[in-house]
Amino acid sequence: MNGAPQSVIRARLCREYAGFSLDVDLTLPGRGVTALFGHSGSGKTTCLRLIAGLERSSGVRLEVNGEIWQDDSRGIFVPVHRRAFGYVFQDAALFPHLTVAQNLAYGKKRRAPDAVDDGALVALLGIGHLLARRPQTLSGGERQRVAVARALLAAPRLLLMDEPLAALDLARKAEILPYLERLCDTLEIPVIYVSHSPEEVMRLADHLVLLESGRVVADGPLADTISRLDLPAGFFDDTSVLIEGEIASYDSEYHLGALRFSGGELSIPVPDGGSQIGRKLRVRIKAGDISLTLERATATSISNILAVTVAEVVQSSVPGHVLVGLVADGGSRFAARITRRSCERLGLCPGLRVWAQIKAVAVVV
Amino acid sequence: MPDDILHITLFTLGVASLGSVLVLAPGAALAWLLARRKWPGKALVETLVALPLVIPPVATGLILLKLFGRRGPIGGFMENVLGVEIVFTWKAVVLATAVMSFPLFVRTARVAFEEVDVRLEHAARTLGAGPWDVFFTITLPLAVRGLVAGGVLAFARALGEFGATIMLAGMIPGETITLALGIYQKVQLGQDDDALVLLSVSIALAFAALWLSECLVKRRMA
Repeated sequence: MNGAPQSVIRARLCREYAGFSLDVDLTLPGRGVTALFGHSGSGKTTCLRLIAGLERSSGVRLEVNGEIWQDDSRGIFVPVHRRAFGYVFQDAALFPHLTVAQNLAYGKKRRAPDAVDDGALVALLGIGHLLARRPQTLSGGERQRVAVARALLAAPRLLLMDEPLAALDLARKAEILPYLERLCDTLEIPVIYVSHSPEEVMRLADHLVLLESGRVVADGPLADTISRLDLPAGFFDDTSVLIEGEIASYDSEYHLGALRFSGGELSIPVPDGGSQIGRKLRVRIKAGDISLTLERATATSISNILAVTVAEVVQSSVPGHVLVGLVADGGSRFAARITRRSCERLGLCPGLRVWAQIKAVAVVV
Repeated sequence: MPDDILHITLFTLGVASLGSVLVLAPGAALAWLLARRKWPGKALVETLVALPLVIPPVATGLILLKLFGRRGPIGGFMENVLGVEIVFTWKAVVLATAVMSFPLFVRTARVAFEEVDVRLEHAARTLGAGPWDVFFTITLPLAVRGLVAGGVLAFARALGEFGATIMLAGMIPGETITLALGIYQKVQLGQDDDALVLLSVSIALAFAALWLSECLVKRRMA
């Protein structure tokens, strides 16, 4: 450490409307992507607008990388245009009377005339061929990519994204997600990403904050948070484990890759493009896609069978379900969702050694 | 065309232009405040501004006469302190047309501002633009067609102003006679042919102004 202040975002956000109150206290990492996840009405966009200063509410305290943006106890409120952040709106909000190039220049000119290399960013987002066009002539996905570039060219020290993919259809989402993934990997600044799509969160986030009715339900690194057994079922899809590894080998006849991770290897179907050995991959295994056996099955279609030890058995919020926390021999943790009847029939209890079966086709790449 | 008809036409175009130009800046400012801000007394100001549209123009003229006349609170000040006389001069014609055009312009301009997506203004702020910067680079360019259309409408209204003008400016030949007053005067004098010429000129000017306004509004919709 060189003594520089730890880059971090500290935010105490509160807001009262009729029938709704928001009260959250967040400490977010100063790098990487933090997803604010919640259903509509959970207050996630309000959080973002309070951080931006687009909404003002008393009692808010906000510190971004050592700079105080709002502290009502000391009468500090930095106006929106003096806060160095970028904001990507759900509907892109490109200026219709300006060309794409002029849109991109708008923030750059005002905030950071020479700070960012436009060329690299324009290439990364694949919008070079659009510069002379008007926003009205762009597709939804193109607009969103321009909006992201416009926000970043203003050299923000924090990027706020408000459901940037929510207004797009599935095909457009699939088109823009890879750009966002590449972008998030290269960004040096923290990103706060509001979403109600578990899929986007899985692909982009490093840190996850779950919001419900204006309160924080869970908050922590993505892998830890989604594998928690105590979250209400169905709130964030299903309890899952996240495995990050790289493709160690690839069977092109069956389109199956071997994903090597700290706890061993998983055989998973990798669609086109997966043939690159060494490609880093993040996969998710939902608890409902893991089954347990006491003896290792031999004649089975299941591709992945891991030796694990039961760590805990937790009642699920779904009646008749239990969640079984598992530790593989390499130390990796898994969770299985099974019926309580199966649990009793197998006599599962902490310390018992069992086999975890993971269907290869159920792994979400 | 006889000299006095040419003079009346040019004089009318002059006062209507000046009257509607004078309305632009304060009208746009008020329209923006009505469209974008909440403030105490807003409803009252809205009503006051709309009043000239609904009360008889002669009544508006009378109110202006009481305010700007020699013994009126504003007129007295202007004459005694500034040495400017308004009533029964060409300035009274400009004042009357401006006051009558003001509500029309404010209404059109307000709609034009309201049609600008507030999220675009927010986006500009997040990109480092201060309030004035946002107004001049985002709000104004996006509202400009509506504002111009409102200006043309105000101009067309000013061309035909009669009631308030005759009350405040009288009918002084060569000094305060506009097309509308001229038509009335010519008919009174039995010079119907001259009145018809003035009528044709009025129709032509009003037609041109409204047509221009329609074109601008249509382009805005497109």
